[in-house]
Amino acid sequence: MKMNFQNMILTLQQFWAEQGCLLVQPYDVEKGAGTMNPMTFIRVLGPNDWKIAYVEPSRRPADGRYGENPNRLYQHHQFQVILKPSPENVQELYLESLKRLGIDPRDHDIRFVEDNWENPSFGAWGLGWEVWLDGMEITQFTYFQQVGSLDVRPTAVEITYGMERLASYIQDKENVFDLEWTDGVTYGDVFKRNEYEQSKYTFEVSDTAMLFDLYNKYEAEARRTIDQGLVMPAVDYVLKCSHTFNLLDARGAISVTERTGYIGRVRTLARLCAQAYVKQFEVTEPSAETDAAAKEEQ
Amino acid sequence: MTTTRDFLLEIGTEEIPARFLPDVLAQMESKFAAWMEEMRLTYTSLKSYATPRRMALLVQGLQTNQADLEEEMKGPAKKAAQDAEGNWTKAAEGFARGQGVSTADLFFKELNGVPYVFANKKTVGRATQDLLEQGLEKWITSMHFPKHMRWGTHDLWFVRPIRWLVALFGDDVIPLSITGVESGCATYGHRFLSNTDYQHENGAYTIPSPTAYIETLRNAFVLVDQDERRELILKQIDALAQAHNANVEIDEDLLEEVVHLVEWPTALMGSFEEEFLDVPQEVLITSMREHQRYFPVLDKAGKLLPNFVTVRNGDDRSLDVVRRGNEKVLRARLSDARFFYEEDKKTPISENLKKLETVVYHEDLGTVAEKVRRVRSLAGKLGQKLVLTDAEQATLDRAAEIAKFDLTTQMVYEFTELQGIMGEKYAKLHGESEAVAKAIFEHYLPRNAGDILPATLPGTVLSIAEKVDTIVASFAIGLKVSGSQDPYGLRRQAAAVVTNLLHHNLSLNLGDLVDLALEGIAAQGVGKVAPEQVKQDVLDFFTLRLETLLQEQNVRYDVINAVLAVAKGDVLATVGRAKAMMNALTDERFLPAVESFKRSNNLAKKAEGTAVSEEYLQDDAEKALYKRVRAVEEAVQPLLSSRDYDAILNELFGLKADIDGFFDKVMVMAEDENVRRNRLNLLNAVIHNVRLVADFGEIVA
Repeated sequence: MKMNFQNMILTLQQFWAEQGCLLVQPYDVEKGAGTMNPMTFIRVLGPNDWKIAYVEPSRRPADGRYGENPNRLYQHHQFQVILKPSPENVQELYLESLKRLGIDPRDHDIRFVEDNWENPSFGAWGLGWEVWLDGMEITQFTYFQQVGSLDVRPTAVEITYGMERLASYIQDKENVFDLEWTDGVTYGDVFKRNEYEQSKYTFEVSDTAMLFDLYNKYEAEARRTIDQGLVMPAVDYVLKCSHTFNLLDARGAISVTERTGYIGRVRTLARLCAQAYVKQFEVTEPSAETDAAAKEEQ
Repeated sequence: MTTTRDFLLEIGTEEIPARFLPDVLAQMESKFAAWMEEMRLTYTSLKSYATPRRMALLVQGLQTNQADLEEEMKGPAKKAAQDAEGNWTKAAEGFARGQGVSTADLFFKELNGVPYVFANKKTVGRATQDLLEQGLEKWITSMHFPKHMRWGTHDLWFVRPIRWLVALFGDDVIPLSITGVESGCATYGHRFLSNTDYQHENGAYTIPSPTAYIETLRNAFVLVDQDERRELILKQIDALAQAHNANVEIDEDLLEEVVHLVEWPTALMGSFEEEFLDVPQEVLITSMREHQRYFPVLDKAGKLLPNFVTVRNGDDRSLDVVRRGNEKVLRARLSDARFFYEEDKKTPISENLKKLETVVYHEDLGTVAEKVRRVRSLAGKLGQKLVLTDAEQATLDRAAEIAKFDLTTQMVYEFTELQGIMGEKYAKLHGESEAVAKAIFEHYLPRNAGDILPATLPGTVLSIAEKVDTIVASFAIGLKVSGSQDPYGLRRQAAAVVTNLLHHNLSLNLGDLVDLALEGIAAQGVGKVAPEQVKQDVLDFFTLRLETLLQEQNVRYDVINAVLAVAKGDVLATVGRAKAMMNALTDERFLPAVESFKRSNNLAKKAEGTAVSEEYLQDDAEKALYKRVRAVEEAVQPLLSSRDYDAILNELFGLKADIDGFFDKVMVMAEDENVRRNRLNLLNAVIHNVRLVADFGEIVA
């Protein structure tokens, strides 16, 4: 019996709850990845232990294909796990979770293939792997070294399951819209209309002038809020900046020349939020060491 | 009689990036060998092993004790070591104590006529086990990798988290503790195939002795010897190829990566839908190789088949499931590639060119479109210098204009390494001429040492223009190449320029190339460094490349210096001079001529010019030399334009007899100022001719 999408989520939640993770719900501001949820982006900082799991609907406007491409989506789902500090048996825990999903490693080819993750907008990078299941990338597995341009100490590990990819394998479907969300209801039934409309909006309808205006306003509000010492509302505006940038970028409204500048502005805000957040712990950790290691290869 | 034991170190980790492992293997061997040398320990063999989850070192016949050491140690000078009465001073007593001897054992020896006090210091060799216990942790933690990380609560920077450690010296465990991991004699097998569960806490395998390492792991489904894995993979691939009556293309880099991605390889063949074969073969191969690490499969005629070979990290259980999974992934990849191809075909070249206006080439050098304009103008000027035909010039101009359009296609965005290759294909599809399309592909050539070279003249000139612009523009904004710092691959590009000039016998002077490139940079107002400085730096940079090139052609180092000491802007001439000089080395006239030229050169340095006035020529010998010099000058002129340096050298050797006669009969530093100046100038005229080939002062006789 092949597991439907909904049961996959329930299974992963159950498994990681058993490992001591707090289960939280998706965050209610648009974002491109589960990492940007403040439950990860902010809470991996500071000296505290932190174990958490959640599903995150993630928007990538540039990947929108009007619901016509079998593999690409405006919005997909990530199942995000954060374990801080990273436990010794984290790979074994992960493989155990696959078994719960019905994937017996002995019947497949599972590999940990080098993939060094970075998100320049959020001043974040880490080392780890993409996990391959019979050649398909199903999970991003990262030891966070820096977030918000600050060292992550103790080191946290992030496991991000690409739920649609995993489901297409488990259910043996070629087209994402044919996936069973629950028995008798397909992924297409739930999301196809949204894919079409969001794509149409992103590529044809969005008001570029308004989006530029919003970007600037969100940026100003984020700064004003940080100045008031309020980290979480500021993070909301950073996320809005980031999503607005993604919409403008997908529309082709930002030239390659300007891109770096816009990404840099988001990164500055993200760093300010991260710095403001860690202030409460009175832990000052120089990040020069990490920077040096990161730059070594370049 | 020395006793020996075997030593095994295994560092068990989470998966190490495959691309790191070849260097890890070399590093472990050289680093351990250096350590043992420092410790005065010998061994009979040393070999390193690696898989994705372990780095290991097996040392056989390692001495169990250091040899005792007797060293003669130098102390203070005698006058500081003894007072006037011959009593030992505090300094001498301190020295003796430091060497573990009594003052009675001290003795004197003279160094450069000064007596010093000496002692024979004896160091008793220590047990290897102690040395390993003391030094091994640091040895491990100081290993170097391209990237390091931290994990958990630990402060160590290492390649990936350490999960177990084996350190065996004979039967004894060398105790280690790194990031909370204690060493022992237990290793762990294949994640999924080995005994019990894949939770390694339960799946340990005890290694009875260091030399049992490889067999112990074999029983745990790990082929730890990378050479064995490589052989097996090749054998399996060969068997698949035979069974399918096909050829599998083995790319060495890919093979090496695959060897380091698996612990227990099983190769399998999969297939994809034939309809994808409509997409250019290069695209399919790149997609399979870069994204999936698959080997492409060809028929006996070399045509791509709708198949691939992948190597599973495991045995043949459920191999069909694995095959189907891989086929499904590839299908999605190839659908993307086909989509890009179809979309790109719909986009006119002009539209792609427009996008280049917003693609930053370098923040100080503007957009790619601006670079294209510089290169186009430079290429045009080079074409004129080389007197290309109108048709060639037209091809060159159009190719230069659109050479970079494929950078904004979806395919090249996805697969950067297909730049130029897609440019040629798309250009043809959009109705450009064969010649233009070819030149677009060729302007990237050669991409590395040993790559194919551009065959057509427009392609060659465009390649030279593109690379010279890159080099000159980089220097003009202050980017420097030094040591391992060469982020834009300027060395490779300079070497490519030189190779292209030589391959097509192009008479382009490097100085002119730089001047023309600088014009383009000045016109766009992008340079920061003074143009004269840029020119000097770029020419020096090219000189270094020429030096390397000549070394690679086994030209003797003094000959290299000799030819580079004279004019070096003309690459063809420099190489021609070096070859002629190398040919002449075995000529019996060579060494005697060197002597005469050197002697002339020493005096010629005092000359003010090369003008010789016949009225001041007094002696027959100097008249003869003068006549000879004029004859040589005349003979050499036509040879210079054909760069026939063998013939020129032949003429120069003819000078020797008259030079020697001159020195025998003539007093150069004559009383009469006019006569003296004339003689010095005459020698300088000789040297002027000699330096058409080389500065013989550099030749080591």
